[in-house]
Amino acid sequence: MNSVQQIKYFTGAIIISLLISIFFLWLIDAPLVDTAKLLVEGAFGTNQRIGDTFMIWVPLLLASASLVVTFSAGLWNIGVEGQIVAGAVAASFIAREVQGSTAVVLTLMVVGGFVGGALWGLLVGVLRVKGGVNEIFGGIGLNFVATGLIVYLVIGPWSRDGVASTGGTEPFRDQAWFPTIDGLRASPLALAIAFLALISVMFLLSKTNFGLRLRATGKNSLAANRFGIATSRYLLMAFIIGGGIAGLAGVTQAGAVYHRLVPSISGGYGFLAILIVLLARFRGFWVIPIALFFATIAMASFQWQLRLGLHSALGGVIQGVLVLSVVLVMGYQEVRRHREQITTRDETAP
Amino acid sequence: MNAATFAIIVASATPLIFAAIGETITEKAGVVNLSLDGSMLLSAMTGFAIAYTSGSVELGLLGGMGTSAFVAFIVAFGGIRLRLNQIAIGLILTYFATKLSALLGGEFVRKPGPFVQKMSLPGLEDIPFFGEVLFQQNPLVYFSFFLIIVSFWFIFHTRRGLDLQAVGERPEAAFARGISVNTHRYFYTILGGAFVGLGGAAFSLDAKMGWSEGHIANYGWIALAIVIFGGWHPLRVAFGCYLFGAIQIIALKMQPSLPDLAQVLPIAPFPLMILTLVFLNMRVVQGFTMRFKGIGRLIRGTAPSALGESFWPD
Amino acid sequence: MSLELRAITKRFGSVVANDTISLSVGPGEIHGLLGENGAGKSTLVKILSGFVTRDQGEIELDGSKLDLDSPNEAVASGIGILHQEPLVFLPFSVVDNFLIGSPKEYGHAEAYEALSRISKQFGFDLNPDVSASNLSIGERQQLEIARLLWLGARVLILDEPTTAISSIQREKLFATIRGLADNGMSVIFVSHKLEEVQEICDRVTILREGKISASVELPSSVEYLVSKMFGTGALPEVHRSQISGSSLLELVSASAAELTGQITDATLSINQGQVIGLAGLEGAGQRTLLRAMAGFVPFSAGSFTLENIEVGELDYLERLRLGFYYLPADRQREGLIDGLSITEHVALSMSDSSAVIDWNVARSEAIRRIEKFSIKGTMESTPESLSGGNQQRLLLALMPEAPSVLLMEHPTRGLDIESAAWVWGYLQMLRESGTSIIFSSSDLEELTTYSDRIAVCFSGRIISQIDAAQATIEELGLLIGGVPQR
Repeated sequence: MNSVQQIKYFTGAIIISLLISIFFLWLIDAPLVDTAKLLVEGAFGTNQRIGDTFMIWVPLLLASASLVVTFSAGLWNIGVEGQIVAGAVAASFIAREVQGSTAVVLTLMVVGGFVGGALWGLLVGVLRVKGGVNEIFGGIGLNFVATGLIVYLVIGPWSRDGVASTGGTEPFRDQAWFPTIDGLRASPLALAIAFLALISVMFLLSKTNFGLRLRATGKNSLAANRFGIATSRYLLMAFIIGGGIAGLAGVTQAGAVYHRLVPSISGGYGFLAILIVLLARFRGFWVIPIALFFATIAMASFQWQLRLGLHSALGGVIQGVLVLSVVLVMGYQEVRRHREQITTRDETAP
Repeated sequence: MNAATFAIIVASATPLIFAAIGETITEKAGVVNLSLDGSMLLSAMTGFAIAYTSGSVELGLLGGMGTSAFVAFIVAFGGIRLRLNQIAIGLILTYFATKLSALLGGEFVRKPGPFVQKMSLPGLEDIPFFGEVLFQQNPLVYFSFFLIIVSFWFIFHTRRGLDLQAVGERPEAAFARGISVNTHRYFYTILGGAFVGLGGAAFSLDAKMGWSEGHIANYGWIALAIVIFGGWHPLRVAFGCYLFGAIQIIALKMQPSLPDLAQVLPIAPFPLMILTLVFLNMRVVQGFTMRFKGIGRLIRGTAPSALGESFWPD
Repeated sequence: MSLELRAITKRFGSVVANDTISLSVGPGEIHGLLGENGAGKSTLVKILSGFVTRDQGEIELDGSKLDLDSPNEAVASGIGILHQEPLVFLPFSVVDNFLIGSPKEYGHAEAYEALSRISKQFGFDLNPDVSASNLSIGERQQLEIARLLWLGARVLILDEPTTAISSIQREKLFATIRGLADNGMSVIFVSHKLEEVQEICDRVTILREGKISASVELPSSVEYLVSKMFGTGALPEVHRSQISGSSLLELVSASAAELTGQITDATLSINQGQVIGLAGLEGAGQRTLLRAMAGFVPFSAGSFTLENIEVGELDYLERLRLGFYYLPADRQREGLIDGLSITEHVALSMSDSSAVIDWNVARSEAIRRIEKFSIKGTMESTPESLSGGNQQRLLLALMPEAPSVLLMEHPTRGLDIESAAWVWGYLQMLRESGTSIIFSSSDLEELTTYSDRIAVCFSGRIISQIDAAQATIEELGLLIGGVPQR
């Protein structure tokens, strides 16, 4: 009964977002039918494109998995962007410095990227736990620092010979390239890492003692403490795990997509993942299709720009409209449900 | 650092003043409007677009104000009526407004448009040093001075200001005394949002700035940080804005002497500001400043106790 | 003003909190509203203050009907409520507190004048410029009363006003109330303390289980009032066992301080299986003492030993491992986790060292405990859906089977009689198996009934330790108020 109502409202929200999107399309003189066609074609029209869509799916999955962990501990880890960058930097360092076979180099890149992201997340965690600093601003500050760091590296020490531009570093040696399927730019390894991370997170939170304690900390850290949970330690662990998983997104971005380090390596995927996770109500299961859909829109956005001359931000607008509509409508549904519950629920007199 | 430099600092900090004071008002009422970064961009775009097409700077500024006021309304509505988390709705709106500003602003990019003209104040402009710094500016700057003083006076020296503080401090008690908490919160959130919009529009309509995508990105986050830095006090918040402006000018001036960091320097003020805030908020530092009453009061500031928590008379 | 209530009825779900309540208060009358916790007093107060709307019934003030849909209307009609914990704005000054909510024409000048005038009239000592956070609860009450008077309240409702004030402040409050009544104020004095209602009220209406049980003139016989408050049965029988276990805990000259209170030079000795009650006014130090023994507040002096081993330096988590357990007064905020089901709470309490949770085991354990503790809820229930009594049962169910030391704050606050009796039945069982219990309470009957010994705290010190079997409520009340005995 409750779920039926939820589905009805959700559908209503989708319709509303569709209507608003059409309105914006009309505002910018976009051809409706072509735009709609390119949504599917742009993402799945050719094998190449399918591969590219998946490669956008990967960082979205990873960043979302990271946020699911930190959200369950009650944290707003806006610093996820910086953690992705830190992971990319660490992976790039290994790609440049470590000699060896592909297997060795890639493994070290993954490990190094995780560690890099984990450390960057830990910094935010320490500021929050030991310093009493709100993790939103600590995260934003460190995002800026990470951006500065990557710009400095790309233009300075790691710049291409003679060319000090923000175009990026030298491409990595072959051993540091994630193997791709023939002809496509898609790396099954990257996809596997992403799914592995997400499924591990889901398992961790629902089936382990650590996950239960983390969730308890997130819902009521004072009471959790009374249960014998060392909440500070759990908060830090959340930042480490979340940061590490975000770092993996940096690894795949650097090693499987760009094959070098560029300043825009995180692609804004960290922030976009916040929207994905909010839309998915923090449930790992729903992250999977929602992230794929957002990746689809992102891919389509390129095609809309290329083929229809539309602005590249169109995809972002549609993503934003979707999340906003759903969140507002479902919020309304919750309020109505809550109000009905109050009149029927059995309560003792206050 | 001569008078001309200070004048530039004052002028460049003005849009930030509008945004930060606007958010101060909103947060004093207990609402967190995290959409600032996006709504400032959106207001900068709509403000410029309206000014460009109509030829009127005033209309542009009003349009910018209306835009952010509407976004702020969504935040208030989502938090109060729909019982959503204020931070969540703010973040979503940030993303959405940022993208929307880029999408709709495409045709106005880098177009030269009308801007606010300088208007030196007769008499005052001749005061040595301060005349050049403060009174040879444009009307927006003068309005920002006015806003700083009026908001300070209103919040801390009027009855209605007291009600505003009560609503953000302990809404149940305010409600018990017959104050309509949520009406006040809607009002001050929208009002604060209007000033945020003025700040956004001021960026693009001030001295040939014009509109280009994301050129004022991150200023919203800085404004939010400065509200905390300034302890939710208009005078200290204004100081924070001027401080940030000064850091930006210093970074610019240092560029020629540090060519390697030329790309990084423009970004540097942002982390510097946020990290200063972070530093000052650290418990260690707070404990230290507790011992020095004067400085302590200068640096510390307490948040309205009910900040971010929506209130329902239920 | 005369206030008249007719057939007021209010339901919450299937519970009838107020059932056809009628009463009237005339000008100059001090009308008591007496009843046990859960009898329906606070619902009635909420209705009169506009926080809650009645389902049926009429309210008339001087003959004109009131809707009372909002606190606004109550304030405008001249009904003033003094809440148990006065709703003041802590960071603001006294004079600002005075001003907030008053008609806009008034400014600081008028506030200063009115504050000093009213303070003089009633003998209040309020400094207008200090921050309200510096005021004691008694002083905050005075501030609120002064404010309500200034705004022209003609009906004053005092909701359990003596819970947290000293006996000196209480005398002052009663003098103030009498003075107000003499000036024509209609007063409703809501309390569960029989002696106080007898002392100050002219008439009393007794509520029991949502209905009016009696409405009589005072003075009246204590037995009659008690029988009307509690029904024919008196308090449940208590078996004070004769177990004299060996010495377990020794607190010697211990001191600890926190923001909300402090305890100095406390010496307390607790045997195995003993029940020690901590009595005192709010802020007298018993809460700090409990929390220091739990490990939330560090000891600044003295020693605290468990079986002769010093444990004063250990934190709460370490003491947990030694068999300590702490049950907070604020169950929902400090003890239970909203959003997690009973099963999840049970899983948390099972000291399972494995990484993966076996949810089948957790679920069957949850079912077992729900049955054993008679919790009215399912495996999936979350704390916010449980009543106060069931929350307390859940908290007890989550405790390790037999802790050595159980520290409890207000074990039966807010519970109905049945739940309270059940809780103490369980606690007595625990103590028979050797658990030592130290609990704080503001319910003097609870203290004298269930403790072996009562330690009275006043102004941050333990001023007296008395044998509960021989203590009377009057004696205890005086000790709590700081009046030394013998």
